[in-house]
Amino acid sequence: MCTTCGCGTTDEVSIKKPGELSTMVRDLHVHAHDHHHHDHHHHDHLHGHGHHERTVIEVEQDILHANQLVAERNRGYFMAKNIFALNLVSSPGSGKTTLLERTLADNKDRIKFFVIEGDQQTMNDANRINRLNVPVVQINTGKACHLDSDMVHRALLQLQPEPQSVVMIENVGNLVCPAAFDLGETARVVIVSVTEGDDKPIKYPDMFAGSQVCVINKIDLLPYVQFDVQKAKDYALQVNPHLVFFEVSATTGQGMDAWYKWLEEQLSNQNNSH
Amino acid sequence: MHELSIAMGIVRIAEEAARKNGTVAVKAIDLEIGTLSGVEIESLNFAWPLAVQNSVLEKAEKRIHIIPARAECLECQTRFDIENLFDPCPRCGSHFIQILQGKEMRVKSIEI
Repeated sequence: MCTTCGCGTTDEVSIKKPGELSTMVRDLHVHAHDHHHHDHHHHDHLHGHGHHERTVIEVEQDILHANQLVAERNRGYFMAKNIFALNLVSSPGSGKTTLLERTLADNKDRIKFFVIEGDQQTMNDANRINRLNVPVVQINTGKACHLDSDMVHRALLQLQPEPQSVVMIENVGNLVCPAAFDLGETARVVIVSVTEGDDKPIKYPDMFAGSQVCVINKIDLLPYVQFDVQKAKDYALQVNPHLVFFEVSATTGQGMDAWYKWLEEQLSNQNNSH
Repeated sequence: MHELSIAMGIVRIAEEAARKNGTVAVKAIDLEIGTLSGVEIESLNFAWPLAVQNSVLEKAEKRIHIIPARAECLECQTRFDIENLFDPCPRCGSHFIQILQGKEMRVKSIEI
């Protein structure tokens, strides 16, 4: 198990649509070999009797190389279909799903959306999206603390997003691990809510460094919490001076228009470039 | 962080390299990990035995080479050691910096 976030190898990943019983399952085990190594192998080694020559083989390969390859494959898929794909990341409870629901509800008549939901367990989020009649696939990562590009690849095969659409990928609520895993998205959006600390950006700098957009959510609660919006932005800009900010309340709708406008601009830029 | 995934990634790369070289056991593996890579060495060490079980790395010695992070200021081109992603340029204070090294997570070589 991962010591800091509890991810493990023992669970299975399932990818399914709401109402679907059968699942596409991928076993995460790496130690899939049945053979056992017995202790009597030991005497072969480590005696230093000269004839035990060692050959050094230069590998020079990124450890996340496999993830990167599939991420680029996803990216190619999005580009070929002229799809704008967003990877939504945040800590649990920042209001990612609510932000997504509101965004879909307010724009689905103008923009074609497809959604990939990532959670360790349950179909809850996919069911919420499904109620809006937006095509959705739920990835349950089991114990894994992040989505990887292969899970998204498999989800895309089930989801079959249409050309010129927006694919929203809601990552597992975790501000640490998903930072390292490129999914092939067009842009990464980090969401932070005012009920969290305003120093989140420097506590979890990797996530803010790897994002293009930062949405500050739940601003309707500002009168009741000690969250300094400017301070949070300053911290975030220290980590990533290129970040674009939106201050919103997904519940009241405050500030959402600017976020929608950005989304539409990205879409039209993308369409124009083709 | 996701150190088990990292360890599994290392195993996958080592398995492939070992197979290409016709061996089933690796004697040692050299890894390069940058100080800004997000990899917690202690967590990696903790996840290691589980990940290498029944793999070519099961008996391999793991050697980790830490790569200290360096950055370059995009405003004044000063090059400096950097500890955190939010550290400013020590000369002009700008946050417009580029990481030169320290994000590495690499399998450098294996010994068979």
